[in-house]
Amino acid sequence: MTTVITVPPSLDDHSFEQVLEQLAPVPLDQKVLIDARHTRWSSPYGLTALLTLAQTRGTQVAFTGPETEETASYWQRAGFYRYAEELFEMHGHVPRARPSAAESNVLLEITAVAKSDDVHDVVERIQAKAQQILVNELNLDPMATMRFAMTLSEVCQNIVEHAQTTGWVAVQTYRYRQRLGRRVVVIAVCDAGIGFRRSLESAQGRKLSDRWDDAMALEDAVIRGVSRFRDPGRGQGLAGVRRYVGRWDGKLSVRSGTARIAIVPSWDDDLPLREQLSPLPGAQVQITIPERVAQR
Amino acid sequence: MIYHINVSSVLRKTVCDLYTNLVTRPTGVAVREAIMAALAEQPYPNVAIIDFAQVKLLDFSCADEVVGKLLDAYRDSDDGRPLHYFRIRGVHEGHLEAIEEVLKVYNLAVIVEDEAGVIRLVGTIDDGARRAWQVVNLHGRIMPQEIERELGEPPEGATSVLNDLSARRLVMRRADGYVSLPQAL
Repeated sequence: MTTVITVPPSLDDHSFEQVLEQLAPVPLDQKVLIDARHTRWSSPYGLTALLTLAQTRGTQVAFTGPETEETASYWQRAGFYRYAEELFEMHGHVPRARPSAAESNVLLEITAVAKSDDVHDVVERIQAKAQQILVNELNLDPMATMRFAMTLSEVCQNIVEHAQTTGWVAVQTYRYRQRLGRRVVVIAVCDAGIGFRRSLESAQGRKLSDRWDDAMALEDAVIRGVSRFRDPGRGQGLAGVRRYVGRWDGKLSVRSGTARIAIVPSWDDDLPLREQLSPLPGAQVQITIPERVAQR
Repeated sequence: MIYHINVSSVLRKTVCDLYTNLVTRPTGVAVREAIMAALAEQPYPNVAIIDFAQVKLLDFSCADEVVGKLLDAYRDSDDGRPLHYFRIRGVHEGHLEAIEEVLKVYNLAVIVEDEAGVIRLVGTIDDGARRAWQVVNLHGRIMPQEIERELGEPPEGATSVLNDLSARRLVMRRADGYVSLPQAL
């Protein structure tokens, strides 16, 4: 028997929870079909999280993509199908890649990250395009390009150091009408690895409290800069990311296991901590940086 | 002796000849180990100039390895008589952010020269020691009496602050006084 999981029409970090809620009662070894036929839009988080989801099941997941040509074509240009065809059992129409069709909103198409060299590659590729978008279109100061690349480097390294499996990164810009009415640049980094709780549990001699769970592991890692490594310089990467995101009036959210923590700016009304979510292995990070507008 | 280390060149030789960014911890470890191996072959006392001029990007993980752990490794290595000194050169604002963060973590301070050639002291250091360092840097070589005179420090305080700067490898203590690193060798 195959269970059909319906992808919402608009797929972002919030609506992706609907996918996971449908998936939660389905045994790992049972076949599922991810049905995105009626999906019209996805954030980079949605696309990378779908790939991550494919890595978490006991049997190969079936997938059917968006029916609208525009959406399917965008997903192709964002790099989704390149990896989806390797991970999913594909059903229905798969748009063909067109080498000349560059997508100006995609700063970094979906890219696999498994080792240190991949992070170098990501950072090299993002720099030229980030300069144009961040400074000229989002009105951020020229130093932002540098900090942006550092941020990207640090979140990608979390995959290399902690996930113990391949993860995915994507960077796109779009107009965030729903909450902000401004353009944003969004970094999504998702993996299906061991997640923050198990990573911190692997630290030698670490004492776990009675309420130790995914939420507490996220608080330790994201807020307190705790790392499974003992040397003092560890844990600084995420702390640096948090600092930069704050400086840009941006938003950082990190989901792992059954919890999600967020550094929430004034323009957003998300909850700082969500617990008892439907489970998803690994860690899923989203960073949203808004266009800077002149102070009135 | 002054020993110049072009970090970008070390990066290309030890990790990949295409890389211009100092990112990821494994890269930082490889670069730090190469620097330490090169320093081990130098006569001492020496001043190592760690030059970031050709490095486009330095992330926190690499700064931790190439600056934090490097300086920390030499902090207690010379039995109270410093033989290895460090200056960092060719840094831009982006580099500096990462470097300052790691210096804080290790409670270290280091002399930094930016792309315009401006020399300053960055890291964890109190105001009195910073002022004393500025005096040494201005004059090139001084005795404690000059710190007493210029900063109004009592004699024992002036000697103490200079010895502290020497122990932290920010000035060099010699028989003829306390010498700023650019003039030391």
